[in-house]
Amino acid sequence: MPKKYKSSSELKKRLWRNKLLYVMLIPGVLYFIIFKYLPMYGLIISFQDYKPYQGITGSEWVGMKHFSRLFTEPDFLNILANTLILFGMNILIYFPIPIILALMLNELRGTFFKRFFQTLVYLPHFMSWVIVVSISFVMVTMDGGIINELLAYFGFAKINFLLSPGWFRPMYILQVIWREAGWGTIIYLASIAAIDPGLYEASRMDGAGRLRQVWHITLPAIRGVIITLFILKIGSVLDLGFEHVYLLLNSMNREVAEIIDTYVYTAGLRQGQFSYSTAIGFFKSIVGLIMVMTVNKVSKKIGEEGVY
Amino acid sequence: MVEDRTFSGRLFSAVNFILLALIALVTVLPFVHVVAGSFTTSAELAANKFVLIPKVWSLEAYKFIFSTNTIFRALGVSIGVTLIGTLFSMFITALMAYGLSRKDLDGRRVFNFLVVFTMLFHGGMIPTFLVVKELGLIDSYAALILPSAISAFNMIILKNFFQNIPEGLEESAKIDGCNDFGILFKIVLPLSLPAIATISLFYAVTYWNTYMSAILYLDNSAKWPIQVLLRQIVVLASGMDHSATLDGTVPPPDQTIKMAVIVVATLPILMVYPFLQKHFAKGAMLGSMKG
Repeated sequence: MPKKYKSSSELKKRLWRNKLLYVMLIPGVLYFIIFKYLPMYGLIISFQDYKPYQGITGSEWVGMKHFSRLFTEPDFLNILANTLILFGMNILIYFPIPIILALMLNELRGTFFKRFFQTLVYLPHFMSWVIVVSISFVMVTMDGGIINELLAYFGFAKINFLLSPGWFRPMYILQVIWREAGWGTIIYLASIAAIDPGLYEASRMDGAGRLRQVWHITLPAIRGVIITLFILKIGSVLDLGFEHVYLLLNSMNREVAEIIDTYVYTAGLRQGQFSYSTAIGFFKSIVGLIMVMTVNKVSKKIGEEGVY
Repeated sequence: MVEDRTFSGRLFSAVNFILLALIALVTVLPFVHVVAGSFTTSAELAANKFVLIPKVWSLEAYKFIFSTNTIFRALGVSIGVTLIGTLFSMFITALMAYGLSRKDLDGRRVFNFLVVFTMLFHGGMIPTFLVVKELGLIDSYAALILPSAISAFNMIILKNFFQNIPEGLEESAKIDGCNDFGILFKIVLPLSLPAIATISLFYAVTYWNTYMSAILYLDNSAKWPIQVLLRQIVVLASGMDHSATLDGTVPPPDQTIKMAVIVVATLPILMVYPFLQKHFAKGAMLGSMKG
């Protein structure tokens, strides 16, 4: 925090002395202005009937037209529901897994195996969604996929996982778990490492077993981190990421698989409804911002740290 | 922790170990299956179902996918974008991170806020697309790099790392006549190698995995990076939308060929990973603990 200056000439002197630091900031600041803040300015096309050749300055203003369309369009309500269901699965099924995995890794005796298992479970995080989806597709495909071959071998009927709407959600969440669970442990392991070992010794003196130590020492110690990550997760409520779902989407599972991000892409770039799909994106960003601020406030109220 | 030698303690350890081993196995098996499958013949794959070590080795699938230019070109694009993109991103990220790490810089709180705010709120896909289009970047390789050149998250990790370097070092360099650029390149960067390695890996992985920017900004299929090609070969041909993507006369590619393409698209990351692995856990912790 810079101190208060006695005079403006002193500030000028400081600014001049740090001129090279400001030069260093130029590329970064330009990047943020052009690729982050200009698009925010571009959000105003959601209040217009934007025509590419007329541009933002020439297009006609239509007020809240596109936003009111959102809530009357049955399509959109279905897409919102799909998005919320996948988000719910992320919170209820995925979120606890890295915590449990980190606790298990931490209870492992011997650094060799700890390293070894960590290396293996981190790995999928570095594969793109295309790779993850591709690997699962060659495994479940009808023509020679290992899963269907095994089903047939044990006398079950083959299942068309890729085209049946009922399998979309299980496949989605399994892929999320496979790719992210290991990587998600890093931050929990880091905060577990900061726990005072004396606490464990004291509890052993009191006769606590391993499970009780996990429950009464490790878990409470990482509560702050869990809450912080939970806040960040809540903030991304409508932001599931475009790529993953887009790759799984097809004409047969559209009913359950279309989410806000994929819809913005189809309606906006494929069908040219720029203003309407920008309104959808705007709605999504606002909801995210409100969620983060609310949950952050709540967590500060109940005595936790919050994100910012 | 002290070794727990009670019976229940040992039982706990054993069960925990077995469960973790199973989890690790489930994590790697799909990939091992794909690698093994890519090195055998289709007949072998069909007969053996699950292949971990091929009985019949074959390079058939690789010969086939490298028989045309398509995959070479896509690999070339991905390699080029990854190398240039990573260097460029690291350079401007480090400059900005260093500037913002200096406590005597007036206005750093404002700059910091403007960066963090972009993590909470953004214009979204269409307005960003329009900016990229207005800049004339459609169908250019620059569209795969520039719109995501700085990750706010990476920049903050690096900034926090720089802040932990003792200020005395910078001051003494200044007395020796070093300017801010000299301090950054001669003192701060060499002291930050673990952080640089970590962030470089993050950027390189992101660029190697570039997919969304490619389908948004590239219309010309000759410029596709490997990930988009992979999707064309595996995802679209895996019994999805046959009518829409294949005209029915072209049979879907063999399992072994799909597997070989997956391996080719994954291999470069797998090769980089062991070299940087020891750094990134440390680096990622540093950043994430104090966002």
